[in-house]
Amino acid sequence: MTPELGHFALILALVAALAQTLVPAWGLWRGNARAQAVAGSAAQAQFFLVAVSFAALTWAFVQKDFSVVYVADNSHSKLPLVYRISAVWGAHEGSLLLWGLMLTGWTLAVSLFNRRLPAELSATAMAVLGAVSSGFLLFMLLTSNPFERQFPVPLEGRDLNPLLQDPGLIIHPPMLYMGYVGFSVAFAYAIAALITGKLDAAWVRWTRPWTTAAWAFLSMGITLGSWWAYNELGWGGWWFWDPVENASFMPWLAGTALIHSLAVTEKRGLLKSWTVLLAILAFALSLLGTFLVRSGVLVSVHAFASDPARGVFILGFLTVVIGSALVLYAWRAPKLASEGELRLFSREGLLLLNNVFLVTACFGVLLGTLYPLVVDALGLGKISVGPPYFNSIFFPLIAPLFVLVAVGAVTPWKRGEFGPALRRLRAPALAALAAAVVLPSLALWLAPVTASFASKLTVAVATWLALFTLGSAGLEVWQRLVSRRRQGVALGPALRGIPLGSWGMTLAHLGLGFWMLGVAYVTGYGVERDVRLAPGARAELAGYQFIFDGVRESEGPNFTADSAGVRIERAGQPVAALAPEKRFYPSQGSVMTESGVDARLHRDLYVALGEPLDPQNPAGDWSLRLYYKPMIRFVWLGGVLMFLGGLLALSDRRYRLAARASEPLTANATRAV
Amino acid sequence: MRFLIPIAVLVALIALFAVGLSRDPREVPSPLIGKPAPAFALPGLGGTPAAASPADWRGRTVLVNYFASWCAGCRVEHPLLMQLAQQQGVEIVGMAYKDAEADTRQWLERHGNPYRSVIVDAAGGAGLDWGVYGVPETFVVGPDGRILHKQIGPMTVEAWEQKIRPLLGGMAR
Repeated sequence: MTPELGHFALILALVAALAQTLVPAWGLWRGNARAQAVAGSAAQAQFFLVAVSFAALTWAFVQKDFSVVYVADNSHSKLPLVYRISAVWGAHEGSLLLWGLMLTGWTLAVSLFNRRLPAELSATAMAVLGAVSSGFLLFMLLTSNPFERQFPVPLEGRDLNPLLQDPGLIIHPPMLYMGYVGFSVAFAYAIAALITGKLDAAWVRWTRPWTTAAWAFLSMGITLGSWWAYNELGWGGWWFWDPVENASFMPWLAGTALIHSLAVTEKRGLLKSWTVLLAILAFALSLLGTFLVRSGVLVSVHAFASDPARGVFILGFLTVVIGSALVLYAWRAPKLASEGELRLFSREGLLLLNNVFLVTACFGVLLGTLYPLVVDALGLGKISVGPPYFNSIFFPLIAPLFVLVAVGAVTPWKRGEFGPALRRLRAPALAALAAAVVLPSLALWLAPVTASFASKLTVAVATWLALFTLGSAGLEVWQRLVSRRRQGVALGPALRGIPLGSWGMTLAHLGLGFWMLGVAYVTGYGVERDVRLAPGARAELAGYQFIFDGVRESEGPNFTADSAGVRIERAGQPVAALAPEKRFYPSQGSVMTESGVDARLHRDLYVALGEPLDPQNPAGDWSLRLYYKPMIRFVWLGGVLMFLGGLLALSDRRYRLAARASEPLTANATRAV
Repeated sequence: MRFLIPIAVLVALIALFAVGLSRDPREVPSPLIGKPAPAFALPGLGGTPAAASPADWRGRTVLVNYFASWCAGCRVEHPLLMQLAQQQGVEIVGMAYKDAEADTRQWLERHGNPYRSVIVDAAGGAGLDWGVYGVPETFVVGPDGRILHKQIGPMTVEAWEQKIRPLLGGMAR
């Protein structure tokens, strides 16, 4: 009965979504304010209905209701409860439902907070969100109903893909979807700005925190995904340039560009049409990501079931939503022309440069992701584009961003001057240079690994960039503090007087620096070794002794495992004891590696268990893969700092105050009517 | 004019995706074509020697077929493989991929054994080295130990006639 309730709630949600779109649209057309106000109630009803539907599916998983096809396909009577709950979004249908829940959740939040905005603007935006939601609900109901029943009822489920039975996967998809879907708010407001022709200070101050929130969640989602892949896939890598990873990374790059261009539009009233285009682009890339993942046009390690009917639907949806947005853009954006001039050497000029690099990097990733598809579509054969392409195109394009962070921090709006900027940057640049000479050698001295000259040079340059960014990220806050102190303000009030937005920006930029540091060391000085060890034998890596204590069998709730004991020593002192496993899941007949990791801030020691050399004799020799990963924690620390920085920035009080005052941006505020 | 560029890009992309949707992404050529078959040392099943490796069939052109008792596609191609082995005298090496030995044996007893030798790749390690996406997959390995061709999915009569038979030259009757 519950599944039918969920299905019915989903159908009603579609009705609510259509009401949220059509009634306000009619109201806008006829100038009927009461019809426009329907959007809010419809959004709240829609959220409630989708939540009921989501709860019904969760309940079916908790109750092990194998009469529901989706539950039977992704659950098992022995699957632990926490994974039965996370299995709700473990496959296609359920993750779409999660998408829908997130979208209606964002819409609900907009409907609750938008009271201070002009009614016309918010009604238009709500109608756009309702249209996007209608499309997704229709997609779910027509091609991917998670509540489908089957008779006879199977006695046992086929189990959740063992790859997804990991703590990282419980929270990764919700975070990622929060981010993906969150860009729909910026998108809806961009469309509303194009339709109403109003793009003023209130619009920007309203759009900024929503964009920052979406961006922060996306940053966290990507970070968690990377952490999961590192722990679970057993390759010791943290990023694979897999199409599905790229699908989440491209909206992130576009969103990062959008955050920065919004700052320019807010402070200077410039780049209006560019900002609107970026808002459309960020959401378009989110939809594109959904298309790439769900349609199966690309092969990836995240092998989701693909169904051409679904692909056709999403492609059609993408065409309608983004196509109409871009047609609207081509028609209305010319009237959003900005007033005022833009100098290259000013903060807004540097932010524009930042946008150029970010969008180019995003385009590079897009090209690499789609290239196999292009080649195939032209009938030129099958190729795959791998990490060498992405690394060689991506890193040179983002390296200048690190310098821009530093220069931007010391450059004022409107007009910057080279002299003072260089003088302020001299200290961090030289300190970073000194550290870039010392730190890499210190790292090699602490853990001797063989690295080529090229990788030593890369590590040194990257260390300089990272430390320069770290050193200058705080300059903005520092300058505000110094100038307040000069005015005679005490330290406490001076610190409190710095807006949260500045703190957030500083934190996110620190995150960027830490991320770079981690990437540099783990790629430049990380080493790995394949060894074959008999019980009691040892192997050396980066100054650490790995001692193999043999393998014993153990039992999990829904798997059996070969669990190895590996002790690690350094200079005779015990460092860690790891237990890498090979798990066999009989319900799916698949084998998973569960790697053993000893994590410290400055390095990870990582052991993956391979195969016994003689399968008949598990007490004999085994193959093992050993990794030494210096500073890999910094990669994720960077992501976490960006997340926290985003949260901090969006709680800046000026966003709460500003929406009230809807004064025009510049003296000659542009109204395209 | 420049405001029209985004929509032009979108139209081009959508045309591309529309074509992409009609194609099968699983038809991926193996990067191993023309390269020596990756070595392995795995136990054989039944009459096959206990330590089997690609060196065992040096000097002959063979089909190396990754299969499993749990795989539905393998049942589909099974009659064709039986026919090739019995009537055409093709040497087929069976790689029992991620399968329990008892299950493989039972499966071969029930449906018949087209394989000259059966090698147990229970953990899928050899499959990983050979770049196997899923079962069934069939490789043609030449007398010099190089991989000549890879068939993804069940073997079909067309694939055999058009792609694989010519590679075997005079071998097949």
